[in-house]
Amino acid sequence: MWQEVRQELHPKGLEIVTVALDTGGPEAARRWIEAANPEHPSLLDPAHVLDELLGVVNVPTGAWIDEEGVLVRPVEPAFPGRSPATDIFAKVDIDSLPPEMAEMLAEARKIKSDPPAYRAALVDWVERGADSAWALTPDEVVRRSAPRGLDEARAAAEFELGQHLHRQGRPEAAIPHFKQAHRLQPDNWTYRREAWNLVSPGNQGPNGVYDSCWIEDIKAIGAENYYPPLVR
Amino acid sequence: MILTELSVDAGDLERRTGWAVRPEGACKGEVCVPLPSDADVGQGRIDVGVLAERLAMPLVRDEDTSLWAIGPESGVTGHALTTARVPEIVLPDLDGIEVSISSLRGQKVLLVAWASW
Repeated sequence: MWQEVRQELHPKGLEIVTVALDTGGPEAARRWIEAANPEHPSLLDPAHVLDELLGVVNVPTGAWIDEEGVLVRPVEPAFPGRSPATDIFAKVDIDSLPPEMAEMLAEARKIKSDPPAYRAALVDWVERGADSAWALTPDEVVRRSAPRGLDEARAAAEFELGQHLHRQGRPEAAIPHFKQAHRLQPDNWTYRREAWNLVSPGNQGPNGVYDSCWIEDIKAIGAENYYPPLVR
Repeated sequence: MILTELSVDAGDLERRTGWAVRPEGACKGEVCVPLPSDADVGQGRIDVGVLAERLAMPLVRDEDTSLWAIGPESGVTGHALTTARVPEIVLPDLDGIEVSISSLRGQKVLLVAWASW
């Protein structure tokens, strides 16, 4: 998907870098990357360093960096002009699904995103640079980045210990640290979704290890609040 | 950043957190926070307790493995970003080849985070 955007905008001076936040490392991300076969750099971030350095709290999210290495938009939900997941969600016959999946689909359909608007904003910035109304000042970029107090910073440290222990072959020892990260930064979906996935790959449902799961958590915040709106 | 002891090599610190230790203090982009003289424990190493206090970086310990993790700064702006200047980000691709985001200077970059889950 991003490859299509890259083909259009690379001649105009845009490079895309995709980064997989997968504690499972290359084996978790490989089949997706090989299927996309991108021309742009496609990198791996098993430790979720981007959560820490840039304030990533959900995916897919993107940040815009200018020619000098300065952010002009902090991380925010990012879509390559269309969302295949949304298209599929819209087509599925909800009555044909088992009840748990039907409930997840019903919530997923309520998630708000505007992929065409995101792509139009990106094109505007690529063509107009700092003159684009979508390009923010450095102060505004910092102000709009995710709030971080001591709890959110501690969540990052707990998550890092958890993923480190998991990758060292100690998944049981990782769990208490993941739980602390979830408690300290409840709005960080990457911490929760990664931890659920490590219990049961591909499964975001109830898992017997964490007292959280995707369907319950999204109902708690309201699915329409899952992604913040794109704001100029 | 994972630590086995409560001092850290200044180069490793900068590579992982973006904070560089300079004569004027710990600096990230245009932001510098003064450090006391005892922050430097010699041989290019920095006292982690001092960094943790000055930058409001939490320290977390795993008792069983005696490992520490120091979290990101929280006391400078109250936001994930301390500066709009992108810290050095170096990550591997599927083949283990490391790519630096700064190698793309001169182009606009859209940095996208995604996940298989």
